[in-house]
Amino acid sequence: MRRIISILMENEPGALSRVVGLFSQRGYNIETLTVAPTEDKTLSRLTLTTFGDDRQIERITKNLNKLIEVVKLVDLTEGAHIERELMLCKVKATGAQRAEVKRTVDIFRGQIVDVTSSVYTVQLAGTSDKLDAFIGTIGDAQVLEVVRTGVSGIARGEKVLSI
Amino acid sequence: MEKLSGAEMVVRALQDEGVEIIFGYPGGAVLHIYDALFQQDKVQHILVRHEQAATHAADGYARATGKPGVVLVTSGPGATNAVTGIATAYMDSIPMVVLSGQVRSDWIGDDAFQETDMVGICRPIVKHSFSVRNVEDIPEMVKKAFYIATTGRPGPVLIDIPKDKTSPLVKLPYEYPKKVKMRSYSPVARGHSGQIRKAVDEMMKARRPVIYAGGGVILGEGSEHLTKLARLLNFPVTNTLMGLGAYPGSDKQFLGMLGMHGTYEANMVMHSSDLIVAVGARFDDRVTNHTQKFCPGATIIHIDVDPATISKNVRADVPIVGPVKQVLEDMVAMVEESAERPDEKALERWWQEIQGWREYHGLRYETNGDGPMKPQQVVEALYRATRGDAYVTSDVGQHQMFAAQFYKFDKPRRWINSGGLGTMGFGLPSAMGVQFAFPNATVACVTGEGSIQMNIQELSTCLQYGLPIKIININNQALGMVRQWQDMQYGGRHSQSYMDSLPDFVRLAEAYGHVGMRVDRIEDLDAAMEKAFSLKDRLVFMDIYVDPSEHVYPMHIADGAMRDMWLSKTERT
Ligand SMILES: Cc1cc2nc3c(=O)[nH]c(=O)nc-3n(C[C@H](O)[C@H](O)[C@H](O)COP(=O)(O)OP(=O)(O)OC[C@H]3O[C@@H](n4cnc5c(N)ncnc54)[C@H](O)[C@@H]3O)c2cc1C
Ligand SMILES: Cc1ncc(C[n+]2csc(CCOP(=O)(O)OP(=O)(O)O)c2C)c(N)n1
Ligand SMILES: [Mg+2]
Repeated sequence: MRRIISILMENEPGALSRVVGLFSQRGYNIETLTVAPTEDKTLSRLTLTTFGDDRQIERITKNLNKLIEVVKLVDLTEGAHIERELMLCKVKATGAQRAEVKRTVDIFRGQIVDVTSSVYTVQLAGTSDKLDAFIGTIGDAQVLEVVRTGVSGIARGEKVLSI
Repeated sequence: MEKLSGAEMVVRALQDEGVEIIFGYPGGAVLHIYDALFQQDKVQHILVRHEQAATHAADGYARATGKPGVVLVTSGPGATNAVTGIATAYMDSIPMVVLSGQVRSDWIGDDAFQETDMVGICRPIVKHSFSVRNVEDIPEMVKKAFYIATTGRPGPVLIDIPKDKTSPLVKLPYEYPKKVKMRSYSPVARGHSGQIRKAVDEMMKARRPVIYAGGGVILGEGSEHLTKLARLLNFPVTNTLMGLGAYPGSDKQFLGMLGMHGTYEANMVMHSSDLIVAVGARFDDRVTNHTQKFCPGATIIHIDVDPATISKNVRADVPIVGPVKQVLEDMVAMVEESAERPDEKALERWWQEIQGWREYHGLRYETNGDGPMKPQQVVEALYRATRGDAYVTSDVGQHQMFAAQFYKFDKPRRWINSGGLGTMGFGLPSAMGVQFAFPNATVACVTGEGSIQMNIQELSTCLQYGLPIKIININNQALGMVRQWQDMQYGGRHSQSYMDSLPDFVRLAEAYGHVGMRVDRIEDLDAAMEKAFSLKDRLVFMDIYVDPSEHVYPMHIADGAMRDMWLSKTERT
């Protein structure tokens, strides 16, 4: 099952490599990973997505919690949550295709953020599924380059992850 | 405020932490620190002959005293030589602080002379690591390192120190913090009282209970309360290899060690139990055999400070996250206050059944009459010669298992061996650490002719510091444990397990300035042991030739249940 694990940790060199090490040591793959400081500059928020059964995830979260720099951790997939990923994508846009691409971008509520005579650069935010769907609709043949931030997530409602 | 260089800060912080002894080896990257050490006399530095030995010595010191062991090594090869010892301490949860030198910070990452990414190498084998970036951070970093190493589930902590951060030219104000507080690290201080109550209820209901106590009881100073609880309830007790001494080995409620080479009765009791009280033990694969066949009828109470060990290998029915000492103390109090007791009749029947198992096997072995002596006889002679009251360190192999089976440890911190990593070469240097901690104590190192050669250079350190260790070399002229597996699983094909061209250990010991003794015949053994242990201020190397064909039994049958064992070369359960 796909999981979104969100971690609040000390913003210190070395912290990230310890988190990643726990996964690679066990041969678990990290699908996506994002990390940036929070409103408190001494803390970073790290969000990662991975696949695993309950037992694997329990083991990995217990071991993540043991890392000295990890302050708090939550498996967002255990409750209602919002997830978003940002994508920048260069799409071939010539002739009749220009209008077609523009329409698709509008349907997906994306924005064209850069334009040349033959290329649109599209910005799109949403769940990972939505980004996949956009690429699927445009078609691999039209897509020149894709860059995705990886998933960020937050719990719905009053629940907060803070110290 | 007083101003100190980084090197002086390191040494002063050790003093302020109460460190009396450190084990190390000098080199370019740590010369400033060595110079600061030279100019004081509160912290004694022990010069080993190989950095691996420094870590094992610090480790032995820690295991014997409960205080953290401290190591100082230079960058590059000095640091990498220490890696095996750090991993050894990590696997057995031993508190240790390792200071490693590093190249100048502006050279890091450029393949500078004697540069290795020690923090990177050690990431999976330390509880935590630090790298000094600012000189002024040193006091707090040292304080945190000791705090992390010694609290919660103990473990080694590394501080990597670039040479420029110890320069005598930069002096900054020094103050050692009185306390540390870390928002991201707070080991559990108390077990949940509701869970403890639940566990006590289960104990009262039990008809076939057993206490399975591990190294955590020793690490967490819980032996006294464990013994009290077991006696109050009249429960049988078994110890892991790491837990030996946590419960008195000669007590009638003691079943011996459990697991792969555990006693017949301990493994039978575990398998047939209806309640297992696991205390500071981590359900290691050397204990459980196949986890799916593990103790089918047992309810499991698991007490451990580290939540990650609970339900890791075997699911716990009553998990208790907390320090053994407090949890056991609360349990004792609850039992004492309660009028309830487990069903006496049921327990009596349980003890009768246990008695049957004890009589059926115990730790039988056959002697050879006039032929070569058996390794078990050597350990029994050691037990007699030391009146069961020595510190015994061990290397890794058959001799280790025989020592664990046949030396009865009545006190915690007396049995010192590498269980989790199984590091050959651990025995002699760890014995040095013990002897430094207790200069007047009897310290014996049980070893094999394979293992002893992995750190034999330390005989020189022993001479320099006058350490009167007694080395009991159980010489079976083979890598016996490997050979046993080859006998049992590889059709007797002894691939590379034969120790050819052995040195004359007696002359070797003498060349190092010690006393050497060789024993070949059983009738000489006791007298030789008495003689060796009467030489109170000399290191004696006893080279004792034993039957090379002996195996360690009982031995779990791979992938079976706990009760599935080989009991000798021909008998199985
Ligand atoms: C050749 C060989 C053969 C072996 N055969 C056997 C065998 O037959 N039987 C056997 O038992 N072992 C055997 N071992 C050892 C085995 O590999 C493990 O090292 C051992 O079983 C682990 O012991 P333990 O469960 O007591 O845990 P330890 O490694 O001692 O771990 C201690 C546990 O206690 C916890 N703890 C620490 N401090 C506290 C505290 N204050 N409060 C609460 N909990 C705490 C820790 O979190 C940890 O879970 C063998 C090793 C070798 C090399
Ligand atoms: C450093 C290291 N290398 C290899 C091993 C694998 N190993 C385990 S026991 C053993 C044989 C030990 O021989 P010896 O010290 O003579 O002890 P014996 O089993 O003969 O009593 C070996 C090679 C190990 N545990 N440690
Ligand atoms: Mg041998």
